[in-house]
Amino acid sequence: MILTPSHSFLRLTFGAVALGLAGMAAAADQAVIGLITKTDTNPFFVKMKEGAQAAATAKGAKLLSAAGKADGDNAGQVTAIENMIAGGAKTILITPNDSKAIVPAIKKAQEKGVMFIALDSPTDPMEATDALFATDNYKAGQLIGQYAKAAVAGKPVKIATLDLFPGHPVGAQRHNGFMSGFGLKASDAKSNELSKSAEIVCMADSFGDQAKGQTAMENCLQKNPDINLVYTINEPAAAGAYQALKAAGKEKGVLIVSVDGGCAGVKNVKAGVIAATSQQYPLKMASMGVEAGVEYANGGKKAKGYTDTGVTLVTDKPMTGVDSKDTKVGMDLCWGNK
Amino acid sequence: MSSDKLSRLPPLASFGPLIALLLAVAFFATQSDRFLSVQNFSLILQQVMVVGTIAIGQTLVILTAGIDLSCGMVMALGGIVMTRLAVAGGMNAYLAILCGLFACMAFGLLNGLLVTRVRLPPFIVTLGTMNIAFAITQLYSGAQTITDLPPEMTFFGNTVTLGGAAINYGTLFMLAMYAFMWWGLRDTQPGRHVYAVGNNPEATRLTGIPTDKVLLGVYVTAGLFYGIASLLSVARTGVGDPNAGQTENLDAITAVVLGGTSLFGGRGIILGSLLGALIVGVFRNGLTLMGVSSVYQVLITGVLVILAVATDQLSRKGAR
Amino acid sequence: MSTPPLVMEARGLVKRYGHVTALDGTDFELRAGEIMAVIGDNGAGKSSLIKALSGATIPDEGSILLDGKVIHFKSPIDARREGIETVYQDLAVAPAMTIAENLFLGREIIKPGLLARWLRIIDKKKMLEETIARMNDLKVGIRSMTQAVETLSGGQRQCVAVARSAAFARHVVILDEPTAALGVKEGNMVLELIRRVRDKGLPVILISHNMPHVFEIADRIHIARLGKRACIINPKKISMSDTVAVMTGAMRPDELPADALA
Repeated sequence: MILTPSHSFLRLTFGAVALGLAGMAAAADQAVIGLITKTDTNPFFVKMKEGAQAAATAKGAKLLSAAGKADGDNAGQVTAIENMIAGGAKTILITPNDSKAIVPAIKKAQEKGVMFIALDSPTDPMEATDALFATDNYKAGQLIGQYAKAAVAGKPVKIATLDLFPGHPVGAQRHNGFMSGFGLKASDAKSNELSKSAEIVCMADSFGDQAKGQTAMENCLQKNPDINLVYTINEPAAAGAYQALKAAGKEKGVLIVSVDGGCAGVKNVKAGVIAATSQQYPLKMASMGVEAGVEYANGGKKAKGYTDTGVTLVTDKPMTGVDSKDTKVGMDLCWGNK
Repeated sequence: MSSDKLSRLPPLASFGPLIALLLAVAFFATQSDRFLSVQNFSLILQQVMVVGTIAIGQTLVILTAGIDLSCGMVMALGGIVMTRLAVAGGMNAYLAILCGLFACMAFGLLNGLLVTRVRLPPFIVTLGTMNIAFAITQLYSGAQTITDLPPEMTFFGNTVTLGGAAINYGTLFMLAMYAFMWWGLRDTQPGRHVYAVGNNPEATRLTGIPTDKVLLGVYVTAGLFYGIASLLSVARTGVGDPNAGQTENLDAITAVVLGGTSLFGGRGIILGSLLGALIVGVFRNGLTLMGVSSVYQVLITGVLVILAVATDQLSRKGAR
Repeated sequence: MSTPPLVMEARGLVKRYGHVTALDGTDFELRAGEIMAVIGDNGAGKSSLIKALSGATIPDEGSILLDGKVIHFKSPIDARREGIETVYQDLAVAPAMTIAENLFLGREIIKPGLLARWLRIIDKKKMLEETIARMNDLKVGIRSMTQAVETLSGGQRQCVAVARSAAFARHVVILDEPTAALGVKEGNMVLELIRRVRDKGLPVILISHNMPHVFEIADRIHIARLGKRACIINPKKISMSDTVAVMTGAMRPDELPADALA
């Protein structure tokens, strides 16, 4: 066929339209997934968001993200849910600030066909979301409790616990899990109360903050200078506890255990500041969540139930009877700035 | 006239904080035998070192009938600026510290200009700059703490033994700053002008005192103290923490109020703010020694604040 | 008999605020050693006149002379520099500060020496001594100069404000409603003080609504009406009711006997 200008023009137009339609179709297929974290300043959530974004980009999905203004801000998260649904999200990943108060907003959204996956902390009840990808915080506590028990090798202990603050489920699970792993009588994973025991000579609140952890440890040492084992809610609190012990000249004789497995924390394990830490995997939670969202968007099934995203004990001084990995592995898997 | 004799006594408000502190100390001494010791008191002083220093700046602002909600966030910014420049930027430690101080004073200048030139209420201005400082801190630090600091930066955390107890240089420095500011506010012209501006800004304008310059000076000086507080905080914890200072915001204001300085301006003794900070520190330490939950510390602080302001109001009514 | 020289004079002052003409070409004069009261109905232009004389406002037209020299005030601070002190109705005192501090507010005495001047250290002892001396000089009966101004009665506070202006004025003292809101005894106390200020050689300009006080203390009275000066009268040669009549316009100045004018 002789190509007249009008022919080629027509072909060009056809081609362009076809391309455009294909593009639109692709865009229509693009999964929109929302991620709502507790705050956007805690490094844990910063890394979770980065992991989600990376997974979304890899899978060609679109990620919308938002966070509460501060720990405990429920209203901000409710608003975020509404905005994301308006933005076309079919799956929302959420770390709830208030496990009970967020449930009505989730139910309303689920009626519109939106799938909810809780990350890191469950809602109350856990079944309010379609699925939960989280660390078993109780198990995380148990691991470091078991480690501590083996490490003290039968010597009498005076324990200090640097907790989060009263009533927080994660704080309670890690604390009680630690006690259970150590062999002390403690509440089970469903409790939000911090259990006590005679071996725990001091319980203080660190709010997960380094400076407050330091103050809490100083006051505990003042109460009982013979403390030789310190459980800490997270690695910043552990770093603060170490500062206090160092100032009192006691850092060599006291064992500190912690939870989180952030890169800064693993570095501290390597440096001997923290004896052992339970490493958790926020990036894994996020990428699993994004995968589930993409699957759902492509007509697949909804994710269901609780998936333990895993916790690993990281230490350079392994104890028999307690599985652990060394800090080299820990640094490979850690979250945060390496 | 009998009011003459009454006027010779300092107002009740200036004794209130001291009485409250002594009562608290007496109470905790009965509850734990580990409370009443030089070492424990030295510990409490060190724990209030950062809030106490911020409270110096906050006292200046409140004396002018203003308020500074950005104090804690500006302090955090200073800490991140100096630590990041030194560690990631490889800058000379002393220069980095100066940069941190300047960053804080710059925010003080911003606050002061918005209050004096644009004539916005301090509450609103510092509410805004609080958020701006916080955001800049988070962005600049990437929400990560900064470790491995040069020894010059942690100097104020080093301790020296005095009278049987270890105390760090930072605490001694804080006490020295309080002494200097107490003298300055009492005996120098700029100090007295701060009081005058707070007590009656119209009067100061009419008598030729450069009211706006005084206010600007107050906000910039406050910024300097937030900067010093950031250095002390870095020295105490050994890290640059972008999440530092969040509770110090209200803690500093609480210390100033508990110390008897009036929120309406023009009245108050700066040493009171130190007492106010100590009261909070004593309760936190004492309650931990007693094994009582930290929630009660928060409750008691709230009650004390109301008592402090009420006592101030009532004693002032009596003086008239 | 030679008349005392004119310390202050104003000619043809005009001040407009939008459509309102507050001063419509008013004149003014103040002789050495006298108390000149300025009276007038509301809207007659008294406060605008005083604001122009004290430097609080700048007149649109006209001139002000001090000791025969034309001066331009850009602010009350300029007027103060020329030795004109004004006591405003709200007194401009810091209530929580002491009498001594208030007397020297903005003009604190600095200790001598390089360090003291750099840090601006206040010589509290000297300030107290000066305050006591000046207050005694004016026979102000307050016992302690270290008490806070807010502990004083209204009349005593007024005395502190007047004494402050007398302490620093070199040419003129201007008082805006000094006896307003004071009781009989306190009001008299303030009037006594004003007389002593004049007797020390400082001429006083006084605005007041209180006719009995004006008649008791003024050497001459400037009657303001409709933005102009209606006339200056001699209080000893005219009745209060006639004065009020001129003030309200019921009587014209040219209807007054000649010796009533001053």
